[in-house]
Amino acid sequence: MNSLDWIILLVTMVGIAIYGAWHTRHTDHLDTYMKASKTTKWGTIGISVMATQASAITFLSIPGQGFESGVGFVQNYFGLPLALIIVCAVFLPIYRKLGVYTAYEFLGKRFDAKTRLLGAGLFLLQRGLAAGVTIYAPAIILATVLDWRLDLTIIGTGLLVIVYTVTGGSEAVNLTQKWQMGIIFLGMITAFLILLARLPQGLGLGGALHVAGAMGKLQAVDFSTDPARRYTLWTGLLGGLFLSLSYFGTDQSQVQRYIGGAALREGRLGLMFNALFKIPMQFFILLLGALLFVFYQFQPAPVFYNRVEWQQHAAGSKGATFRAIDERNDALNQAKREKIEAWLAARNSGDLAEPAARAAMLEAAAASEKLREEARAALVKADPRAQTKDSDYVFIGFILEQIPHGVIGLLIAVMIAAALGSKAGELNALGTTTTIDLWRQFRPLAAHDEARNVRAAKWFTAFWGIIAIGFALFAGFSENLIEAINIIGSIFYGVVLGIFLVAFFLKQVGGTAVFWAAVISQSVIFALYLLRHAFPALDISYLWYNLIGCAACVILGLVLQVALDGASQSKGRPA
Amino acid sequence: MKSPLPHPDDDTSPGVPGFSTWVGVYLFVFAFFVLVVVLLAIFSRCLA
Repeated sequence: MNSLDWIILLVTMVGIAIYGAWHTRHTDHLDTYMKASKTTKWGTIGISVMATQASAITFLSIPGQGFESGVGFVQNYFGLPLALIIVCAVFLPIYRKLGVYTAYEFLGKRFDAKTRLLGAGLFLLQRGLAAGVTIYAPAIILATVLDWRLDLTIIGTGLLVIVYTVTGGSEAVNLTQKWQMGIIFLGMITAFLILLARLPQGLGLGGALHVAGAMGKLQAVDFSTDPARRYTLWTGLLGGLFLSLSYFGTDQSQVQRYIGGAALREGRLGLMFNALFKIPMQFFILLLGALLFVFYQFQPAPVFYNRVEWQQHAAGSKGATFRAIDERNDALNQAKREKIEAWLAARNSGDLAEPAARAAMLEAAAASEKLREEARAALVKADPRAQTKDSDYVFIGFILEQIPHGVIGLLIAVMIAAALGSKAGELNALGTTTTIDLWRQFRPLAAHDEARNVRAAKWFTAFWGIIAIGFALFAGFSENLIEAINIIGSIFYGVVLGIFLVAFFLKQVGGTAVFWAAVISQSVIFALYLLRHAFPALDISYLWYNLIGCAACVILGLVLQVALDGASQSKGRPA
Repeated sequence: MKSPLPHPDDDTSPGVPGFSTWVGVYLFVFAFFVLVVVLLAIFSRCLA
């Protein structure tokens, strides 16, 4: 990065943060602090919902996912439009009618205090953990770009977002997210256009898509019914529906974005905006990753994309092994490039040798992939704690090496803007839930003191920011980051959704039955996740946890209610 | 306890040109989703 990049980065990031904090410095009313302004329109709500979900991970990890596994990850979002329609039709009108600050307040009104505490507790646990991941992702970028220590980078970015979220609450979150999303759209479209311009002459977008397709990167829809496959049409529609329904309908970081606003209409239209544009947007980012894959087929691609880690080992005592792998990688890359060009020539001329050329190309690609596995094994052998997942570094590596100065600053700003936007939404929700569903429960007299409530919310927001920083500092993330955050969510979301579905649709089930059903179901999901390696039969796609957790909670709730009714009837029966 | 499901009277007009009810908006969004999935499936098949 040069000084132009630095100016663009700092002016964009610090400018937006100061703007948000300044404009909302007098946010003293509880309603405004927790639900934002009553005049908020659907466009702001729609952007805010999108910005809260689209973290830095979206723009850092999803291109890596497209690069590594292709565009099939888009199926993860297939349940989202359906879920948003249900949220609009059922959840949102009830939240607005009851005038609640949090989704869990509704559980208290419908069931009892213990079920409300359980719902709020599960949210705080899973969102608190996920908040660590969303703070870790941009820190990797800065640490790589600036060659800073990762821990100091985590602390620095974490503190920046804490400042304006604590100052202005929900109002500041909405205000800053609008500008942040503007930067994000501008930056991602610029990156896409530059990538197209950097493709080999004569290849073009059409040729690049054919190469990506031939190498298995463009299977957007997979009809397989194998339960072990992570992303299929069915896991997306069913698991994704339950994941999205739980996320948008019961996760306070989202609920808080749309329960405010001028009228019910504004929240609904904001959600429908997301239902229309989320899948195309995610597909666009995945396609960017697939095209990055094509780009690196014609460039001297590294064998391992976390170059800093690789170079550290190459310069170390076992450097000879790493340098030998690099040399073999160069030779394999050259051979692969020739095979791809031969296949393209055969394909374009309608040559009968096209199938043989395709097979040779795929063989060369498989040899390259095998060497990448060998490189990962060499890293682990040299350092058992080495991070072997390098797909998150693909896009940032491209930005730093291929993008002109000035635009680099803009794209780094994209990552940081996304990180701050989603982080702010999470901290705002964590602070609000802790204040409304925990603190107020134990200090009921304080509920009428508005200023004291706002002060408590500010302290709790800062507290969760610090917890997230701590988690990001000490946790190791073995999965691709976007998957890590979805896995954490899926472990908890199904059960929470089950509680809400019982609340909405099964009026005969009471608080005690649903509470114990939720506790048992959550234990089952924990067991499934923890025992998946010991018992291969339990190793299913994590998206199914949403469906299983939800179904178990609903069915058990019904069964327990029948048992409780039976027990009370037999007690009441004359001896 | 009384069912918390919203009464249809709670509904408001969407105020979107071409749509007089929310059901119409939801059907439009659903149809768009189906179209996107079909296009993605065709895209996969054509380029595989």
